[in-house]
Amino acid sequence: MFDISDTEWTAILLSLRVATVAALVATPFGIAVAWLLARRDFWGKSLLDALVHLPLVLPPVVTGYLLLLSLGRRGLIGAWLADHLGIVFAFRWTGAALACGIMAFPLLVRPIRLSIEAVDRKLEQAAATLGAAPWQVFLTVTLPLTLPGVIAGMVLGFAKAIGEFGATITFVSNIPGETQTISSAIYSLIQAPDGDAPALRLVVVSIVIAMAALVGSEWFARRALRRLHGN
Amino acid sequence: MVRPARIAASARELIMLRVEVSKRLGEFVIDAAFASEGRVTGLFGVSGAGKTSLVNMIAGLLRPDRGSIAVDGETLDDTEKSAHVPIYRRRIGYVFQDARLFPHLDVCGNLDYGRKMNRLAEDHALRRRVVDLLDIGDLLNRRPGKLSGGERQRVALGRALLSQPRLLLLDEPLGSLDEERKEEILPYLIRLRDEAGVPMVYVSHDPFEMRKLASHIVMLQRGRVIASGGSEILLSEAARIPSSQKSG
Repeated sequence: MFDISDTEWTAILLSLRVATVAALVATPFGIAVAWLLARRDFWGKSLLDALVHLPLVLPPVVTGYLLLLSLGRRGLIGAWLADHLGIVFAFRWTGAALACGIMAFPLLVRPIRLSIEAVDRKLEQAAATLGAAPWQVFLTVTLPLTLPGVIAGMVLGFAKAIGEFGATITFVSNIPGETQTISSAIYSLIQAPDGDAPALRLVVVSIVIAMAALVGSEWFARRALRRLHGN
Repeated sequence: MVRPARIAASARELIMLRVEVSKRLGEFVIDAAFASEGRVTGLFGVSGAGKTSLVNMIAGLLRPDRGSIAVDGETLDDTEKSAHVPIYRRRIGYVFQDARLFPHLDVCGNLDYGRKMNRLAEDHALRRRVVDLLDIGDLLNRRPGKLSGGERQRVALGRALLSQPRLLLLDEPLGSLDEERKEEILPYLIRLRDEAGVPMVYVSHDPFEMRKLASHIVMLQRGRVIASGGSEILLSEAARIPSSQKSG
């Protein structure tokens, strides 16, 4: 039963790569957006908030189709990127990472935003009286105190990216070795005769990955908290 | 720009602080003007007299609606000229009632924070002097969470001093401590006044602390200056404040 085949390995490794890249690349954007939402008042703030949460409530297939329309080879942005920068997302694993990153974004932003809101502004004021410019205050006080939230957001985003299916398969299809992640591999297997055993193997693998991510994040978050409070 | 080590006892003990501000905070209006030249300017008044708001304006945490603030002839705020020096460029140290140490840094990290932010050169002699002055040498590797209230306040004093401010604001630094801790910290404040060579603005509602520390006292009541002068004004004026207002 647990003899994992080469194609299955390919799907597993691709999933890990796609989810890791998606979570890592989305994190700086997530921190920036979370900070804007937590700390700034500006025109269109509720619009930005809604936009960030949109992938959570839209049918994933809609998000994937919108990506295909805009970033596909004939899409407005996609064509420009391909012609001028040589960047192609459509039917590539990078496109899968982009779709996963966008789908994971709301889950990534939320814990970061909450932990930025929880940072005591009095500490930031104290830092300013000691000579720290606003960007220095952010890097030396706000961000370190937000770290547990950033870790929680990254893990949640990673887990979401591992499980993403609808937007990915719509945008970049289901090409073994290029865009076939665990989810789309399972989807293909259960439609084929004799696919039950390999499908089940991949199901077990995805449960293991999800559990490991959750346990790992718990461990990291506890360590970060201990670092913050010096116990 | 290289700044001279101000903490070394020097002739730079006198400072000219000129404040002339008005600010509306909800129903409360501050309309205060005073000038002070001395080692320690005491801001005295019951809680709610506007002392903290006034200090926050000197620090730059709060902007006056109208008026001006100048330290040593340098204008920090002047609403007529729309001048406002941001907090982090004022070089005014601030010791808060609640210490506000950074929980993610140990005592060392807290002490060195101001020096790093201002890109000042490391000055071992200065650091040793401050650490000795405040008796915090045994605490250097501890986290703020592991310090007592009095220790935390001493570290906060050291942290502010090591950022090499030209003026040090102390807002009820004994306010959150019990009597025993106050007895513990007060001698350090006196040492600081006599040895650190940094002019201070000391905020308190306690006439005893004022008499011990301040060389010039500014008395505030409901946002206005009602008296200004030496400690003799405490005798005449403090008696007029009903004791029921003194609590808190």
